[in-house]
Amino acid sequence: MAISLKLNGETHKVDAEPGTPLLWVIRDELKLTGTKFGCGVASCGACTVHMDGEPVRSCQTFIEDVEDSEITTIEGLKSTPAQAVQQAWTELDVVQCGYCQSGQIMSAVGLLSENAKPTLEEIDDYMDGNACRCATYQRIRSAIVRASEIMEA
Amino acid sequence: MNVSSSRRGFFKGAAASAAAVLVIGVAPSGVIAAANSAETTMLNPFVKIAADGTITAIAKHFEMGQGPSTGLTTLIAEELGVSMDAIEYEFAPSNPKLYNNTAFGPVQGTGGSTAMFNSFKQYRQAGAAAREVLLQAASLAWDVPAAQLKLEDGVISGDGNKAPIGEFVAAASKLTAPENPRLKDPSEFKLIGNANVRRKDTPPKINGTAKYAMDIQLDNQMVVTIKRATRKGATVTSFDDSAAKDVKGFIRAATLPNKAGVAVYAENTWASLQAREALEVTWDNSAAESRSSEDVYKELMAALNTAPEYNLTKNDQAEIADAIENADKVVEETFYFPLLAHAPMEPLTCTIEATEDGGVILHDGCQMPTSPHAAIAQILQVPMDKVQVNTMFAGGSFGRRATPTVDYQVEAALSFVMTDRRRPVKLVWSREDDITGGYYRPAFAHKVRVGLDADGNIAGWDHRVAGQSISKGTPFEAFSVHDGVDHLSVEGVTPTQYSIPGMFAGLTDIKPATTVLWWRSVGHTHTAYVMEAMMDAVATAAGRDPVEFRLAHLAGDTPDQKRLTGVLKLAAEKSNWGKGAEGRSQGVAVHKSFGSYVAEVVEISGDAENGVKIEKVTCAVDCGIPVNPDVIKAQMEGGIGYGLGHAMRDEITLENGEVIQQNFPDYEPLRIGDIGEIETHIVLSTQAPTGVGEPGTPPSAPALANAIAAKGPRVTELPMTKVGINFA
Ligand code: FES
Ligand code: FES
Repeated sequence: MAISLKLNGETHKVDAEPGTPLLWVIRDELKLTGTKFGCGVASCGACTVHMDGEPVRSCQTFIEDVEDSEITTIEGLKSTPAQAVQQAWTELDVVQCGYCQSGQIMSAVGLLSENAKPTLEEIDDYMDGNACRCATYQRIRSAIVRASEIMEA
Repeated sequence: MNVSSSRRGFFKGAAASAAAVLVIGVAPSGVIAAANSAETTMLNPFVKIAADGTITAIAKHFEMGQGPSTGLTTLIAEELGVSMDAIEYEFAPSNPKLYNNTAFGPVQGTGGSTAMFNSFKQYRQAGAAAREVLLQAASLAWDVPAAQLKLEDGVISGDGNKAPIGEFVAAASKLTAPENPRLKDPSEFKLIGNANVRRKDTPPKINGTAKYAMDIQLDNQMVVTIKRATRKGATVTSFDDSAAKDVKGFIRAATLPNKAGVAVYAENTWASLQAREALEVTWDNSAAESRSSEDVYKELMAALNTAPEYNLTKNDQAEIADAIENADKVVEETFYFPLLAHAPMEPLTCTIEATEDGGVILHDGCQMPTSPHAAIAQILQVPMDKVQVNTMFAGGSFGRRATPTVDYQVEAALSFVMTDRRRPVKLVWSREDDITGGYYRPAFAHKVRVGLDADGNIAGWDHRVAGQSISKGTPFEAFSVHDGVDHLSVEGVTPTQYSIPGMFAGLTDIKPATTVLWWRSVGHTHTAYVMEAMMDAVATAAGRDPVEFRLAHLAGDTPDQKRLTGVLKLAAEKSNWGKGAEGRSQGVAVHKSFGSYVAEVVEISGDAENGVKIEKVTCAVDCGIPVNPDVIKAQMEGGIGYGLGHAMRDEITLENGEVIQQNFPDYEPLRIGDIGEIETHIVLSTQAPTGVGEPGTPPSAPALANAIAAKGPRVTELPMTKVGINFA
């Protein structure tokens, strides 16, 4: 079926069967590969994108459900929290293999967009669904705190 | 679809030849891509400089997160005399003549925490040689003796002259590089050891532009997923793809030449996954594995209680058994370690495409280029010099991308060979393929009996190990199996760095139940646990402090004991050993692996019944000269998290030969809230650098177990959640 998808500020016409995860439309049709495939069952967060500003797992978000929404991927990030998060991630060299990091950043931006000054507990709660097999968690936590400071300054 | 019998025949040959490569090495006549073009000049195999002065380090080690893209670049930049901002890096082509891992002999590859260890001198020499030819070129151009010139921050100056290095690149490339260029004295280092050096791979990894093998999107590519047998050794009898044909984008299905599975070709990943789901396969299970984890467990326990197959020490076992029997106190523990999957964040994948000259390119987060290079040439019957390997970022590995059988690249080659080769073939593994796909950390069991004399000193130590060898039957057998003993099964027990009077150790191999592989820190994953849990149990029985007891057994003069003592004292001091906060318990472990020395103190709150919370881990590491201190810290953090997460709650179990766990919901990764804080201290050493990717892992789980044992049960079977330890 033909679907019009609003992604990163542009409208794309895509042809996908109902039930196709948004993840595969983004990666294989639109060739935007910053959004990652990690588990396919909403348990790792590597595929996190924003749907109307809220983080969702694109591997369990179906194409027929997003037609009226604005989707943002890592490639389309530009909000103030996003800039702060990317700056903090750079300052602290959070990444290791990096494969989970698009998803981590999308979630961190989601958190700071709704809560500009999260506590450590709130960070752990919010980021719980984003797995990092390289275990960069300590730096993720510190970088979110740092991003929050950058936003405040 | 026809598969000629000759092709079927050379699949076997391919595995064998990949095997041969690792042992004897072949020298494919690979060439350096883009060498000596008008714009860029290879000053040597590791340094490329463009006429505009852009410098590129050629990284012979792949980047799975452990940091060589920063580390190798640092070494070149340091000796060349440029800032980290002035230098880029790219991954080397497959050419073991130029890019072999000197620790592996003639093989190009990454593993065993050797990247910095085997490159430290080589890359510095490459940077220094480049610097000297540039200075020589400037000396000729300005007619000023080279000794009066200096190269700093990419600019050559002296005797009133000053110009950027780019101006001398062309002339320098025609000069002969010195064989033994002067290397900097460590006192002159500006970048090596500098904690402010940032990772070179951060920028693309925070904006989605970093390219992993999973991100390959070639024109007209097909995506292949493979329906594999759920039991090791089962083969395809037939398949029915009538339902798969209803999936939009499905192209076709074909039985792999080795009958290990059915390749499902489709226009995109989702279609391939859907079609695979719809495919019906009939399996021949006559040669399939049928054991369950309980059977393996029983086999391991039986092996511990019979005379060992191999004696690892020369000591007389009966005499030591006697000494233990007559000791004042005896401490005995039996340990069990389950199968573990590596589960790197990026599921396995690679892509093969044909080139116009009849060759192929493998796009891969390639850990051991030499092996797939040979396997692909053999399977596709393409000359070695027509196979190119494009090494991309790898989304983790932890050992998984380096199988002796070259498993996933061979699957891609077999899928490609069954086509007309006009379309690139991208092989994709799902997370389920990964978790159920074998190549696990083998299950191991240990039984240890230690006797203590009346003064609380060790009177005898009897140590039995049983498990499945990683190396036997693989090309690595020649390297790590001696007199029947696979060193990878016992490293960390024999040798141990502790002075233990009267130690007997024995090993029994059990027969393979599944495919096994090195998993971040290999044998040390279980040996460090056993040694460190036992040292703790014995110290407790002797009424001695665990740190003091260890130090007393590391009191000799060997460099190993001195360096272990150094990290142990440092970790004890920084963790306020013995003075933990109210309601908290501490546990310690110290271990040498991959040439590096690491001590860790884990501090917990809560208890086994109501939930243990890991509040803090204090780590001290001595890995020689710390090249990139912040990368070292990151590797300690990652290695600790990897060790703790699995020890807490992960295992792979078999039921009638089938793997039970499927995906992250039942192979639960460490999560952000599991560890409160990790603090790493680096010993300022002047010794040559050693590994950091793995050594952080071995002490982590035993330090946690020892913290739990301080006020609760001693955990001798993993994962901890399985034996009643709850985590908050
Ligand atoms: S791929 Fe979507 S949550 Fe893992
Ligand atoms: S950085 Fe490797 S999985 Fe997170």
